[in-house]
Amino acid sequence: MEIPRHWRLRKQRYGLVGEVCPHCEAKIFPPRDVCPDCGKEAKTKFSFSGQGEVYSYTTIYNAPSGFEANVPYTVALVKLEEGPLVTAQLTDVAEEEVEIGMPVEMVTRRLHQDGDERGLLVYGYKFRPIGFAAH
Amino acid sequence: MTPKNETLLIPSRPVGIIGYGAYVPRYRLPATEVARIWKGGKGGLPIKEKSVPGLDEDVVTMSIEAARNALARAQIDASDLRAVWVGSESHPYAVKPTSTIVAEAIGAVPSTQAADWEFACKAGTEALVAAMGLVGSEMAEYALAIGMDTAQGRPGDALEYTAGAGGAAYIIGPAEESLAVIEAAYSYVTDTPDFWRRAGAKYPEHGSRFTGEPAYFEHITQAAKALMEASGTTPADYQWAVFHQPNTKFPTRVAKMLGFSKEQIEPGLLVPLIGNTYAGAAIIGLTATLDIARPGDRILVTSFGSGAGSDAFSIRVTDAISERSGRAPKTQEYIARRTEIDYATYVRMRGKITLK
Repeated sequence: MEIPRHWRLRKQRYGLVGEVCPHCEAKIFPPRDVCPDCGKEAKTKFSFSGQGEVYSYTTIYNAPSGFEANVPYTVALVKLEEGPLVTAQLTDVAEEEVEIGMPVEMVTRRLHQDGDERGLLVYGYKFRPIGFAAH
Repeated sequence: MTPKNETLLIPSRPVGIIGYGAYVPRYRLPATEVARIWKGGKGGLPIKEKSVPGLDEDVVTMSIEAARNALARAQIDASDLRAVWVGSESHPYAVKPTSTIVAEAIGAVPSTQAADWEFACKAGTEALVAAMGLVGSEMAEYALAIGMDTAQGRPGDALEYTAGAGGAAYIIGPAEESLAVIEAAYSYVTDTPDFWRRAGAKYPEHGSRFTGEPAYFEHITQAAKALMEASGTTPADYQWAVFHQPNTKFPTRVAKMLGFSKEQIEPGLLVPLIGNTYAGAAIIGLTATLDIARPGDRILVTSFGSGAGSDAFSIRVTDAISERSGRAPKTQEYIARRTEIDYATYVRMRGKITLK
């Protein structure tokens, strides 16, 4: 059971809420309260747009515990348009459709259940191809 | 509107729709696949295909996306919402609100109401009427009402052809800020046991033909007629009409019974391509209709929920529609974003294969 951890991380997981450095404007994700660029304190909340592109990816056939039901699935390093690189699952996409540089957008999806079918449902960000005409 | 009839639901402060958003998952199961497995490929098909949620989707994740679309159209801050209400018969938890997760994800917490609504297929319009009351009484400026489902159908049952996934979110606010004013609502409810699912049961039971005349047709026609009569309107006063749509035949027939044309229901008749989205069905028909509506258009919407009841709404589109409808993906764009799956993939995605 990891209830306190899931609860603590909910904002960043549900909506890509990170931080912006008040000194050098660097956008920070995941939030860590200290700017990785200038080393100063950075606690100002910042909501990322969720837009980005695939920097690299791999497909998982042998999943870690808790994710077996979803194989095969693709995990990517996503370069957010504000700068940070995040690791996340891709969703609504077949492996053969994925390529480096592919534009993606954040969606909130079910990540896994904590333990068995009696456990907490854990939700968080994933990315999917931008599939709509411009609006 | 003619003098107020006391059975009509009209808030003292006029209210309307400030923003709306739809969601449909991308996977589609053709009805021919269900017939192939269970009927030897024979027999009539109630729809062409239905939407199926992905392995990582449920009413929580789908509601979040629809709500984000509604916020994008409304252009209000989520912290200004005083209610986040989700109507569904597929809430992921038996005990623990869907609505708190949705409210947290869209940034509406903590100064808000949050609750899950249940009334079979009209849980979404129940939430909508309640939101009208909350805003109409001036307790709140804005309230979010969602109807969303990942409907259940027993393998091989008639419902398996149609039990789809999808729904819509509506932000209700003052009429002067709205893209469509809700002129009046009317609710018609009786104890009619046409369809139910007992606590702990995985799949619903239904009364087959009993779900038609005494249930669907009786409640929808009574609600729509009462609303039109009390508000002094006729089908000719509405450009568009949307009815709850468990299959293609029922809404087409009820429209004819009430005097609406095929053209009037066409934009909101989505069931042939996404299936019955239960608590989302009538109101996602409305999002598709709003997507193409023009200022001044009037829309009649009537939901139906088993058990049983109907909520009818008279809605008038305002000038704000032109600017706001393009701010988020349209319902037809979600429908066009389509990946076909076979029956085996479907049973895996819907958790019908047990691994232990």
